[in-house]
Amino acid sequence: MVVPLVFFAMFFAYPVAAIVGRGLRPGAGWQFGRIRDVLGQPDILDVLWFTTWQALASTALTLLVALPGAYVFARFDFPGKQVLRALVTVPFVLPTVVVGTAFLSLLGRGGLLDELWGVRLDTTVWAILLAHVFFNYAVVVRTVGGLWSQLDPRQEEAARMLGASRLTAWRKVTLPALGPAVAAASLMVFLFTFTSFGIVQILGGPAFSTLEVEIYRQTAQLLDLPTAAVLTLVQFVAVGSILAVHAWTVRRRESALRLVDAAQTARRPRGVGQWALLSTVLATIAVLLVLPLAVLVRRSLDGPDGFGFAYFRALTSADGGAFLVAPIESIGNSLRYAAAATAIALVIGALAAAALSRPGGHSRSRPSAVDRLVRGFDALLMLPLGVSAVTVGFGFLISLDHPPLDLRASWILVPLAQALVGVPFVVRTMLPVLRAVDGRLREAAAVLGASPLRAWREVDLPMVRRSLLVAAGFAFAVSLGEFGATVFIARPDNPTLPVAVSRLLGRAGDLNYGQAMALSTVLMVVCAASLLLLERARPRTDGVSGAVDRAGEF
Amino acid sequence: MGTNNQITATALITGIGLIGLVACGTDSGTGENSDGGSKKTVTLVTHDSFAASKSVLNSFEKQTGYKVRVLKNGDAGQAVNQAVLSKGNPQGDVFFGVDNTLLSRALDNGIFAPYRAKGLSDVRDDVQLDKGKNRVTPVDTGDICVNYDKKYFADKKLAPPASLADLAKPQYKNLLVTENAATSSPGLGFLLASTAQYGDSGWQGYWRKLKDNGVKVVDGWEQAYNEEFSGSAGGKKAGGDRPLVVSYASSPPVEVLYADPKPKQAPTGVASGTCFRQIEFAGLLDGAANEKGGKALIDFLVGKEFQQDMPLKMFVNPVTEGVQVPELYRKYDGTAKNPKTVPPKKIADNREAWVKSWTSLVVK
Repeated sequence: MVVPLVFFAMFFAYPVAAIVGRGLRPGAGWQFGRIRDVLGQPDILDVLWFTTWQALASTALTLLVALPGAYVFARFDFPGKQVLRALVTVPFVLPTVVVGTAFLSLLGRGGLLDELWGVRLDTTVWAILLAHVFFNYAVVVRTVGGLWSQLDPRQEEAARMLGASRLTAWRKVTLPALGPAVAAASLMVFLFTFTSFGIVQILGGPAFSTLEVEIYRQTAQLLDLPTAAVLTLVQFVAVGSILAVHAWTVRRRESALRLVDAAQTARRPRGVGQWALLSTVLATIAVLLVLPLAVLVRRSLDGPDGFGFAYFRALTSADGGAFLVAPIESIGNSLRYAAAATAIALVIGALAAAALSRPGGHSRSRPSAVDRLVRGFDALLMLPLGVSAVTVGFGFLISLDHPPLDLRASWILVPLAQALVGVPFVVRTMLPVLRAVDGRLREAAAVLGASPLRAWREVDLPMVRRSLLVAAGFAFAVSLGEFGATVFIARPDNPTLPVAVSRLLGRAGDLNYGQAMALSTVLMVVCAASLLLLERARPRTDGVSGAVDRAGEF
Repeated sequence: MGTNNQITATALITGIGLIGLVACGTDSGTGENSDGGSKKTVTLVTHDSFAASKSVLNSFEKQTGYKVRVLKNGDAGQAVNQAVLSKGNPQGDVFFGVDNTLLSRALDNGIFAPYRAKGLSDVRDDVQLDKGKNRVTPVDTGDICVNYDKKYFADKKLAPPASLADLAKPQYKNLLVTENAATSSPGLGFLLASTAQYGDSGWQGYWRKLKDNGVKVVDGWEQAYNEEFSGSAGGKKAGGDRPLVVSYASSPPVEVLYADPKPKQAPTGVASGTCFRQIEFAGLLDGAANEKGGKALIDFLVGKEFQQDMPLKMFVNPVTEGVQVPELYRKYDGTAKNPKTVPPKKIADNREAWVKSWTSLVVK
């Protein structure tokens, strides 16, 4: 627990505190009066109001669209299910710079809606809401669907045998069991949409601004650090509350449910109703998730001499001008950064998960002070997901600027920042598995004369190996797509994929635009591939399958 | 408990490993600079748009023995702000990329140490905004101008607009897209052009007319140019339907340069009376670890070799006398004839108020 704590103190708490402190304490004394000043401005109140209601609306819409999907993925068996499950997760790890433009072409002029009904949604709040559904669909499908697939259908059947109607049985049996998972998923979607940045900027236009956008504007553009500091604190409090509620629902979810192997609960759909549901869900996925991605691929192939790989070939030449090196090398950069970030996230995350899962750590009967501390730590690890990237980036700049920790210009800063985002996913993936490992097995091994190392190797490792792989895959994909923190950190000129895409988009000319689309496609394929591998790592029959199957939950 | 010991041991080992990793990062990161002994590297802190030919950077290395390390810090505004925040303990030796719209912020915060570049006497006089004090050295100019889609205006048999006043005329209704002046530098440049033309009392009236004439505002250049503008390569693919966009005078040459096969005519043109001139500066960072190397680098930035390389790398204009702009620029108006300018002091004094009032006037 010491290592993750030190890591978070050094690379998260300290930099964030430093930049907030700089804002609130410009001279000798603290200026807490600023808080009232800033919060009294009508503009800021507008931003707060918009941030909150769009997040609420986005969450509601995401649930509405994704819950049928969660059911279908949990209960039905159909060809291509695994590929599809990986595919719907791709948007979640793609950077908004890449997808925003593709999404725009669907909702904007000449887009699908425009052609069908003459409806244009760009620069309306609808574009923001739909894009939020696109990005967070997987959160609901994975969190709720993961649990749903392990609920024993026989319980509902038993209720019906006892005379309950189908609806009553569902309401009395399945719904209460799913409730906490739905709540946890909602809170995660709320957290991600509350702190939405790129989507609001690209799709909403200048008329819409979330707290996160405003913090960016005040910090990176206006250098109004006091205002930015106050807004950061406000976001901090909001995110902290969301996470506190989330931690509470997660604990409730871990209450005794009778879980079964997911493989036993899914079957081929039967009857018109079920087939109709499956088709509706598949159609929704096709229109809402696959279409924007397809637009991207189409544009990357739509070269000057008709369809072909001209833009992809151009990626290998260094004379494009936007970089010293061929754009294709950004793939290598991204892979290296992501590998380093994954290694850091795995070490920190696994240690944190190990500390959190220690025996007694989650006894529900009489939580001790230590238990409460551990739970607080659990929530703390999630905090980087909700703190603005510009705050962390600028915090790095003013806090890690003295030897031996003068890292401001070092390459390691990028994977460190990416690992901050990856750790929560590692912890969430590993924790259920570690908790499921029966402590008596270790004791038995010890009694039989195994050394602690041997006991760990023979007992723990085989059980956590798969979840470790899953965690690594997810941390890797998240790091690949990470754009926010990376762009706020000074980098020697070896851009990551998302940074390279945004740089190509920042220049005029057919070839630059085409290469941006081609690179985006590459990024998408790499993300999809690592997520597909992750799907393969999902266990089927071993003892802790129930716990590992919830991997990828947030 | 065996496992707890196990965890502690693992933690210890990984902790040490991590510190080792971080230490490696520091070493390879700051290179030989941190030794204090041989200062063979000079670090250039800049924005993401910085670009130079490898051969040109190699030539600097050969001439001076210093290796250039380029450190990119996001967009121009962000890069300047980061330089201000790390004042006195800079990330590198030279900062390049502060323009006339942000110059006062950098100078008022005192992030630069004075240095008169060798060859400054060859730099054009009209861009020397810090004359005498030499805290910053002008390196390039760029012009923010309204671009038009040639095909659209030819098809409609309509003359493209030539001036700011034209943009408010009924025949150009609903044709223009511009960027948010609060977050985008071309957006701000266009606002400044209007203040230069119409003065402190008149520019708001002009924007009211523009708004009534259907000007569309999007957040950044990428959206405006690649999505909304009908004349750009990206805009054509995205189905952009606005034939007028706020971009750069160098955008038409860039459209030609990055087209394959190269068209005889640029697909876009520049509305010559709508331009605002940006001047970009470099300066020696106060507290630079390699001051000597930094000075050599600034000399190099205004030298002929770098100046000649710039136009087709960063799509900006040279400032050193005797350096020719490439043929591409002469052919497709890469440089504005009579751009509008606003003194940096005036920009500094009014920027926030102008942007604020522009926002409530146009965006809200």
